[in-house]
Amino acid sequence: MQERTPNSSPILEQTRLGTSLALRASGQWTIHHALDLEGLIDAAEKLNCTTATVVIDVSQVAKLDTFGAWLIERLRRSLTQGVVEPDLVGLSANYSSLFDEVRRVKSGVVEGKEPRSLTAFLERVGRSVVGVGGTLVGLLSMWGAILVTTGRVIRHPSSFRLTSMIHHFEQACWRAVPIVVLISFLIGCIIAQQGIFQFRKFGADVFVVDMLGVLVLREIGVLLVAIMVAGRSGSAYTAELGSMRMREEIDALRTMGFDPTEVLILPRMLALVIALPVLTFLGAMAALCGGGLVAWGYGGVDPNAFLSRLREAISINHFIVGIVKAPFMAFIIGIIACAEGAAVKGSAESLGQHTTASVVKSIFFVIIADGIFAIYFASIGI
Amino acid sequence: MTAFSDEAIIKVRDLTVGFHGKLILEHLDLDVKRGEILGVVGASGSGKSVLTRAIIGLLPKVNGRIEVFGVGMDAADEAERRAVERRWGVLFQHGALFSSLSVRQNIQFPMREFMKVSDRLLDEITVAKLVMVGLKPEVADLFPSELSGGMTKRVALARALSLDPEIVFLDEPTSGLDPISAGDFDELVKTLQRTLGLTVFMVTHDLDSLNTVCNRIAVLGDRKVLLIGPMDDMLASQHPWLQAYFHGKRARALAA
Ligand SMILES: Nc1ncnc2c1ncn2[C@@H]1O[C@H](COP(=O)(O)OP(=O)(O)OP(=O)(O)O)[C@@H](O)[C@H]1O
Ligand SMILES: [Mg+2]
Repeated sequence: MQERTPNSSPILEQTRLGTSLALRASGQWTIHHALDLEGLIDAAEKLNCTTATVVIDVSQVAKLDTFGAWLIERLRRSLTQGVVEPDLVGLSANYSSLFDEVRRVKSGVVEGKEPRSLTAFLERVGRSVVGVGGTLVGLLSMWGAILVTTGRVIRHPSSFRLTSMIHHFEQACWRAVPIVVLISFLIGCIIAQQGIFQFRKFGADVFVVDMLGVLVLREIGVLLVAIMVAGRSGSAYTAELGSMRMREEIDALRTMGFDPTEVLILPRMLALVIALPVLTFLGAMAALCGGGLVAWGYGGVDPNAFLSRLREAISINHFIVGIVKAPFMAFIIGIIACAEGAAVKGSAESLGQHTTASVVKSIFFVIIADGIFAIYFASIGI
Repeated sequence: MTAFSDEAIIKVRDLTVGFHGKLILEHLDLDVKRGEILGVVGASGSGKSVLTRAIIGLLPKVNGRIEVFGVGMDAADEAERRAVERRWGVLFQHGALFSSLSVRQNIQFPMREFMKVSDRLLDEITVAKLVMVGLKPEVADLFPSELSGGMTKRVALARALSLDPEIVFLDEPTSGLDPISAGDFDELVKTLQRTLGLTVFMVTHDLDSLNTVCNRIAVLGDRKVLLIGPMDDMLASQHPWLQAYFHGKRARALAA
């Protein structure tokens, strides 16, 4: 075996003898000297040797690895004139098979294509437009698959995965209760505080109860909870389904005769559709409590006055308007999360992109849906 | 190629590794000599992968001492560990390619980190490594999810070899390759050993590889090394598992 020679830098000596040029390599031709080596070879490749016969002598090389061997091979190729290759001498038996390996490398490296900037820009635009179309198709096909599966499950209720649904319900609803209640409570406090602070200028302090009730029950409660659920459960669904796709688990399910929509997606969707109204209710109550506390402490509206005012200001309609939106929003979040999960390609990066897209799109569409509901309820006069 | 020095490049002493109180390896001693190809065999679940991961420092050990290149891996500081890690390459059982990088980027990843050379040279070396492991240069622009199982293995090997390491750890390198490719792979490992003085720690179930390329074979069982030595020792052993392994139906078919 080679002894550990001191770290002698690689050298390439040139000697001209009449018409012949001898290049003698010595020292360590290894990866540790890759930068020096490349410089040496680049310089040597520029040598003018149109008339000379060239000999490359590697007998003095202390140590050689693929880097050194390739660079010598590259030098040999660039000094080849016509069909006359430079001679390679002093090659020990050990190293000759290494040269055999690198000799199989063809020159003319395959380059990764680098498109020009304008074309690249146009290409990106085109691709994103196609991407939008793809997303819509993905959403529609997910919708279709869910409807078909739901129909089948209604006809054969025994095929419904109840255990799985309860598991997901626990994840999406039960475990989300503390954070949803806490955040809604705080938002209720903030609305009440701001309301009192601003309304006091007109001496209309007590109307803060009306505002709080209407805002929390109709809009903020459900919207806030939907956004939290999109960030919490929507992203989890996308990541779960996406990584199952990456590891061929979904293909495995399919080959065993299971329908992935039935086994994976339907329980998740249903869990979400039940969870969101429950969370909305709890969140709205927490926000009213928070608002009531602030109204009492900061605005001097005592709880009895708060409650009777609340009873006058809001009707059951306000509550219904809020809670009715919840299952629709859950459906939007679930369908986007599952469609994004199903669109994950093989790489970790794509998993990250689709998880982000899932949350962003869910929030966007939830807000759009809320706007449409607002117009609808206003026009039917609720 | 038979004459490798007696210097132990990897020295494992009294190694104990376990999960949740269940010991997988117990008081295990093992020496890997510089320049040899060591085959590690053992039943499925006997802890071959665990031993590999413990040596390269991916698993915490309950007890024991591991020296690589004479550096005690526990006593070594961050910089020393880095220096050692740069001198070995690892082929994981499932490839462990970076899924968001192309084949080219996977192979160049360690090179870019540790060397400053031109992109042209990097590309050429990448192609050289691909050719060495028996792949076409066109593969360079594919992504790991677009490769077949055997191609994944080869790209992972190319990446393990990208820094021209002194030791490579191979976890079942030939599983999933067709017999001809597996034979080529064995040849490649042998060539690398001969030309680069590479030390190879190879976990394998491939009797052909054991027979043709391994200088010594270590048998794992009962949480320790049952036997270590050349093929002849394995064939001569009376241990029932070794008897079944090396004289079983498959082994006889090979011998015939
Ligand atoms: N992270 C872990 N946590 C718990 N147990 C583990 C872990 N990794 C491995 N094991 C256990 O250690 C034992 C040895 O596993 P190991 O992967 O080393 O087997 P192996 O010898 O490589 O088998 P194969 O030939 O099938 O690859 C197994 O019983 C396995 O269950
Ligand atoms: Mg294993």
